[in-house]
Amino acid sequence: MTSGISKADVVHVARLARLRLSSGEIAMYQEQLSRILDLVGEMDDDRLAVMPAMAHTQDLVNVLREDVPRPGLERERLLGSAPDTEGEFFRIPKILGEPE
Amino acid sequence: MNDGILALDAASLAAAVRSGEVTAVEVVETYLAQISVQEPEVGAFLSIDAEAAISAAAALDRARESGEELGPLAGVPVALKDNLCTTGFPTTAASRILEGWIPPYNATVVDRVLAAGGIAIGKTNLDEFAMGSSTENSGYKITRNPHDLDRVPGGSSGGSAAAVVSRMALLALGSDTGGSIRQPASLTGIVGLKPTYGRVSRYGLLAFASSLDQIGPMAATVKDAALMAEVIFGHDPMDATSLAVPVPALVDGIEGGVRSLRIGLVSNLLEVAAPAVAAAVERAAAALAGEGATVETVAIPELSLGLPAYYVVAPAEASSNLARYDGVRYGFRGEGATAEEMMVSSRSEGFGAEVKRRIMLGTYALSAGYYDAFYLRAQRVRSLVRSAFQEAYSRFDLLLSPTSPTTAFKIGERSDDPVEMYRSDVCTIPSNLSGDPAISVPFGKEGGLPIGVQLMGPALAEERLLRAAYALEAGWSGE
Repeated sequence: MTSGISKADVVHVARLARLRLSSGEIAMYQEQLSRILDLVGEMDDDRLAVMPAMAHTQDLVNVLREDVPRPGLERERLLGSAPDTEGEFFRIPKILGEPE
Repeated sequence: MNDGILALDAASLAAAVRSGEVTAVEVVETYLAQISVQEPEVGAFLSIDAEAAISAAAALDRARESGEELGPLAGVPVALKDNLCTTGFPTTAASRILEGWIPPYNATVVDRVLAAGGIAIGKTNLDEFAMGSSTENSGYKITRNPHDLDRVPGGSSGGSAAAVVSRMALLALGSDTGGSIRQPASLTGIVGLKPTYGRVSRYGLLAFASSLDQIGPMAATVKDAALMAEVIFGHDPMDATSLAVPVPALVDGIEGGVRSLRIGLVSNLLEVAAPAVAAAVERAAAALAGEGATVETVAIPELSLGLPAYYVVAPAEASSNLARYDGVRYGFRGEGATAEEMMVSSRSEGFGAEVKRRIMLGTYALSAGYYDAFYLRAQRVRSLVRSAFQEAYSRFDLLLSPTSPTTAFKIGERSDDPVEMYRSDVCTIPSNLSGDPAISVPFGKEGGLPIGVQLMGPALAEERLLRAAYALEAGWSGE
């Protein structure tokens, strides 16, 4: 049995995940992801329909700290980790591409 | 004296440092000498800072001389999995995308270990972003199993396990999302504890699957693991999921025995194990019964559904967590004329094959049209696993199973087959899905390779779990 993920699916998912794949990688991931989805297909039990969806093991809701100001991390130190900065900003290539 | 230092357990070593019987500098020099012999063969570490370790030890010795009371880990060399943020070492999660990154803060567990007098000796290798069961997915190097250098140490905390078993560190921290502390502990013959979800702050742990990740101790003995657990357990306001519950005494009372404990031997997890592993688990059951526990066989078939559910939930959460690695604020940046091209290059060149596989799997499971069939269904399985555990824990105090279905496998043997690799997590995954604690304890060997058995317990039952683990450890002759 195969859950059948197509090459087009792999390309689509890679685009959503901001990954560039070679044609060899597309073929490899198509084969591997299909087999993993077969494994995932083993989730089968009559009781699942009545089971609540569980996102988390704890019943915590809206955990808040006291609203007291305290020092955060130093800006210079955080900027120092970035590949490129300008003044107090992270610098990146232009957001909008040139029209082709 | 060096052999003497290496022979001491953590509590005895810390006591010797506190009393001045040995200095912390002597301890660290001894362990660094051990590293210089073992590390070239084993490859457990991604970074080591001998100078910083010695100067931290010297500061500890000066504090003692000036009359300061030292902590419970005084002078104890500790190895830290490289997905824990440290200001003193680069933190890479074994990924090229974080090569050379030095975090601006320490993980809470790191601060707690240092405050207790522990010496951070180095950062250990792992499967990239903790995704794997062999440490072969590291972006940097292979770590070898000290029992057989042709075999894997397990994973993803394989570097921490290898460091402890080859005595390059006395204690280590690992993280466990689907078995990443317990399975390498099993494959290297040490003790590994995955605490109850929320027992240990995740602040400063590079996130893989946030609803499953938990940091825990790895040690040569159960008592050492308990000592480390006492240091790292406890509420932390920096982690909203950290539990505000009291931390029990874990070392005192650990010798209390298992008399009158009801222990369930999980038959369907026994069936998936190799014969030698299953036999070891049965011997462990007999040993516990011999110590006065009541041991009965129980089938909990729902636990086997945990494996497929995990391979939806964990990649789904990972695909979201790893979206932050975009080449903007930290880590590796690839080329690109536009911001999006730059992000695509950074991620495509920075992530390894397994990480990409899981990101794509998670993205697919969460994408339009597939959410109900995969993610929602996996969440329902998670409830089913939890309710099956709850039912079992109404009849049993603890459950016993293999940790890993096999002993350590050969390097390269499973690396081409992700599904085969994933299946080896079947015994450890259920406790992550339910958020309950579990521990792996060495109990036997097959062809010179260690076998671990797993004890599982209900939420917050670490005291009971460690007590039974201690009894098991005492009940194994070492053969």
